[in-house]
Amino acid sequence: MPMEEHNKPIITIRGLTKTYKGGHQALKGIDLDIRQGEILALLGPNGAGKTTLISTICGLVKPTSGTVEVGGFDIVREYRKTRHLIGLVPQELTLGAFDLVSDTVRFSRGLFGMSKSEEKIDEILQDLSLMDKKDAMVNRLSGGMKRRVLIAKALAHEPRVLFLDEPTAGVDVELRKDMWKLVEKLRQSGVTIILTTHYIEEAEEIADRVGVISDGKLLVIDEKVNLMDSLGKKQLMVDLRTPISEIPSQLNEFDVELSADGQRLTYTFDTQSEKTGITKLLQAVSEAGLGLKDLNTSQSSLEDIFVNLVHNEHEH
Amino acid sequence: MNIEAVKAIYFNEMRRTRKTLMQSIASPVISTVLYFVVFGSAIGSRIQSVEGVGYGSFIVPGLIMLSLLTQSISNASFGIFFPKFTGTIYEIMSAPISFFEILVGFVGAAATKSLIIGIIILITASFFVELRIAHPFWMMTFLILTCISFSLFGFIIGLWADNFEKLQLIPLLVITPLVFLGGSFYSVSMLPEFWQKVTLLNPVLYLISGFRWSFFEVSDVSLGASLITILGFLGLCLIIVGVMFKTGYKLKQ
Repeated sequence: MPMEEHNKPIITIRGLTKTYKGGHQALKGIDLDIRQGEILALLGPNGAGKTTLISTICGLVKPTSGTVEVGGFDIVREYRKTRHLIGLVPQELTLGAFDLVSDTVRFSRGLFGMSKSEEKIDEILQDLSLMDKKDAMVNRLSGGMKRRVLIAKALAHEPRVLFLDEPTAGVDVELRKDMWKLVEKLRQSGVTIILTTHYIEEAEEIADRVGVISDGKLLVIDEKVNLMDSLGKKQLMVDLRTPISEIPSQLNEFDVELSADGQRLTYTFDTQSEKTGITKLLQAVSEAGLGLKDLNTSQSSLEDIFVNLVHNEHEH
Repeated sequence: MNIEAVKAIYFNEMRRTRKTLMQSIASPVISTVLYFVVFGSAIGSRIQSVEGVGYGSFIVPGLIMLSLLTQSISNASFGIFFPKFTGTIYEIMSAPISFFEILVGFVGAAATKSLIIGIIILITASFFVELRIAHPFWMMTFLILTCISFSLFGFIIGLWADNFEKLQLIPLLVITPLVFLGGSFYSVSMLPEFWQKVTLLNPVLYLISGFRWSFFEVSDVSLGASLITILGFLGLCLIIVGVMFKTGYKLKQ
């Protein structure tokens, strides 16, 4: 896909708010552009507004104010066009228990106004490794298989955007990795994927961009790499030859912590600042007469960034 | 109009009926046969005729109406309630389909099923009693209008209900008594004068009366009154459904 095409938003959200009847404000002015062909992970604690956001774009929840455009069409005025572009895989395994796999996928295709195409249904089932379950009853399938059936249903009308609401919730590690491969495969076929997840590991593994939602607000959205670079802190661990009981005065000007066993000094620094202070720190360590055994660095994970963002938001 | 979507809902509902053939078709037919045995043979043998029509034949339109009303309501209410209950409604609500198209799919399927049941009961009845249909056009008109309007009513109940108890409440406590007291098994003229007047307040009486007239040209109220009642009820249901859809009642938050 050409770069400018890739950067073109397929979904544009402006000033989106949603207040439920009881007065709960689930979305508080979301502005967001989702690029064509990307995988966007939306992270957030329970009740942050992730599912409300997805449900609003898909037409399940009426927005209170603001606009959402999908493929350049308004989701309220031109709902037929926008919904045709979207596939939704819900969080819950909501399937007609007594339906056959092929019947339920065929039903989904029809609902979206697509004519019957057994070849297309077979192709989707094949891609999702469901071909051998084509004539099986849904209630006889495992949880992982049911999740695949939900994806098959969402893809039955060949959407350009796929929403996956907590796709790997309650799924074991192996199946989760299978799901990641599947998501990547879908992206390669040109489908834009937006997923909500609790698993930071998931966002870290498969997303191009990460958005963090908390209390109905989009706290941050950026390329996963940029986010980790800009918000991530790096740490330098200095292992000492001989344990010390307290931090020497020469190191007072540095943000240094001493481990309980007195054998490790941990220095936290900002990767974005012009000077990290590592050279000066190592000089000060030498001046203090401390012998070095080893040096290690580590970078904060997306999880640390997420926890910090949400924590800061709650404090404000 | 998203014809494919309407077809998808319609045929999905009809497929559900095929899967539960015993419950959907055999059960109302068996009930009707039992009514014939009890009312037609046991009681009917003591009542020679009602307004010149043999008692066994006289109750046929009432029995068909009884099944039509209960089946139309039950099929349509369950049809929309079950996806709400299981959560699969999300798929319909996120599809490029209007509320009107959803309505046509669900109500169309429920009305078709009721119509099939009505015709099966009519054929079954012909094995027990001698039947003549004086006005086939009006018979079919009443049959179709009743199926559609009560399927619409069932759809409203299915949208309103948020548990199984509510789903059964109106059919059990309102519809069944109205059908039994609406002249299904007797002519209103057989009642004391006071109860005749009270029965005239029962809208189901007008449906049964009009339907019975199309068979035997005997009726408790005029054909015009019957037609106005069924069309009025149809209009009322359409208005309620329209308001429900406009506000997204119990479908959209």
